[in-house]
Amino acid sequence: MAPRDTASQPPERSIQDTRLRRLWLLNLPALFWLMLFAAGPLAIMLVYSFLEAGDYGGVEWVFSTQGWFEVFFSRDIFTGDVGIAEAHLSIFWRSLWLAGLTTLICLVLGFPTAWFIATRPPEQRNLWLFLVTIPFWTNLLIRTFAMLEWIRNQGLINSALMGLGLTEAPIQMLYTDGAILAGMAYVYFPLMVLPLYAALERLDFRLIEAAYDLYARRTAVLWRVILPLVRPGLVAGCILVFVPALGAYVTPRILGGGKNMMLGNLIELQFGQGRNWPLGAALSIALLALVMAALLIYVRAAQRAARDG
Amino acid sequence: MASFDVRRQRGFTTIALIAFVALYAPLVTLVAYSFNAGATLGVWEGFSWRWYQAAWQNERVQDATLRSLIVAVFAAAFATLIAVMAALGTTRTGPYRGRTAVYALINQPLMVPEIVTGTALLIAFAGVKQATGYQGLGYLIAAHTAFCIPFAYLPIRARLEGLDATLETAAADLYAPPWAAFRRVTLPLMAPGILAGAMLAFVISLDDVVITELVKTAGQDTLPTYMLGQLRRQITPEINAISTVLLGVSALIVTLFFVLTRKRA
Repeated sequence: MAPRDTASQPPERSIQDTRLRRLWLLNLPALFWLMLFAAGPLAIMLVYSFLEAGDYGGVEWVFSTQGWFEVFFSRDIFTGDVGIAEAHLSIFWRSLWLAGLTTLICLVLGFPTAWFIATRPPEQRNLWLFLVTIPFWTNLLIRTFAMLEWIRNQGLINSALMGLGLTEAPIQMLYTDGAILAGMAYVYFPLMVLPLYAALERLDFRLIEAAYDLYARRTAVLWRVILPLVRPGLVAGCILVFVPALGAYVTPRILGGGKNMMLGNLIELQFGQGRNWPLGAALSIALLALVMAALLIYVRAAQRAARDG
Repeated sequence: MASFDVRRQRGFTTIALIAFVALYAPLVTLVAYSFNAGATLGVWEGFSWRWYQAAWQNERVQDATLRSLIVAVFAAAFATLIAVMAALGTTRTGPYRGRTAVYALINQPLMVPEIVTGTALLIAFAGVKQATGYQGLGYLIAAHTAFCIPFAYLPIRARLEGLDATLETAAADLYAPPWAAFRRVTLPLMAPGILAGAMLAFVISLDDVVITELVKTAGQDTLPTYMLGQLRRQITPEINAISTVLLGVSALIVTLFFVLTRKRA
């Protein structure tokens, strides 16, 4: 025990100081584990993206930029001409586009939902919030499967339409971009509502009344008063939806099928049938870079919001 | 303007209610058809436990369930232990250099897409598998522990930050050695946070698909990866039955979590 009777120093201080130093060590198991099984493997993957592909998967330990080259370019196997890897770039583009659109759908539906919850009487709010939280903690695979049950050819919507005699043959909804979009909006919706609610709950509605009193129109109130006030929650919600949507794997695999791939599926393909680990590693790093860029935008926005008070 | 209320925005309530219906309709269908006597969606042939029995007797489902539980129990236990230590190490000290880096590393699994973590682990473990020849569940447990750490950490840290640090000082003033002060004062006060963290970690591990799919050795299916495989083949209501059980487990644990963490308010 630290000496408690030294007159020169308040006793708590010396105890606190020694404990403080020793307590830092308690972080070590977490740091060790995460270095080994989270951060470390990412570093290894970066190295692998600069190696040569092995014939049956894996790598040859020879430096090569082929993996990164193949992310953006393709070489014609007969003529040797180098062209843009359109298949890859279109998947990049599709992923960004679908993730962006998913975010927009979630925002358009999530904002009124969060508003609705925030304007309930306080004792009711937790119940509504709970109703959003339950699907959030439910397995994403199960929620995607639930969506599949509705939209597949023998699914509920098609059964209903054919039962009512509205269509002869089932409408193909599964394996389209629309299916991926519906599925992603469905599974990531709670991630938009929760931060928006947190922001709206703190909103001072007297400010809105003041705006109306000063003859602001409805749209002006929304754009000039409400949105600036809830911007941190808005940005957080958008990032929380956009980031996982961009890296989605399960939802596009089940609802998009083999033809409508997103980045996550393209990456998995390189480690499975494609047997091109360096390309897969390079694509993974590229996806990570996109995600980090999005998170950086978020951090900047949060800092700006904190500075502006 | 007497009845004018700024909290009422035209159309918002309608959209919100539609959103809630859309959120639950697919889940309700999924649960309902797990009790359908027939195999066809959209045709109700009466109530039956048939698909639950089928799932229960399916050896591959039994095998996957057992594996899911083993991995989730170990991963949740390790992640919680590590998270308790890290939560003490980050909240019970003053600010120190590198604390932001510690936060960043702990939260890293939340920021990196699962497909990226999964492929990175696949690469790293491929090397270890070749070098050691070990093919067991250790890889899954190690990987699950890593991504469960932030989920266990956050509620524990929230609990610790809400605690009055002077209680520990008081214990020390009453000549409690640090360990006794921790065991008799801090730990009991932390307990709800620890339980909440452990439960979240358990659910997160139980639900994981992507990282498990990439890390597992052939034949090491967990319940979610088994279901993912089945969805590409013929879909029978057996999957609905398994989903309903998993849904029930998640809902139960999350409800308990809410009850545990709500007292702070």
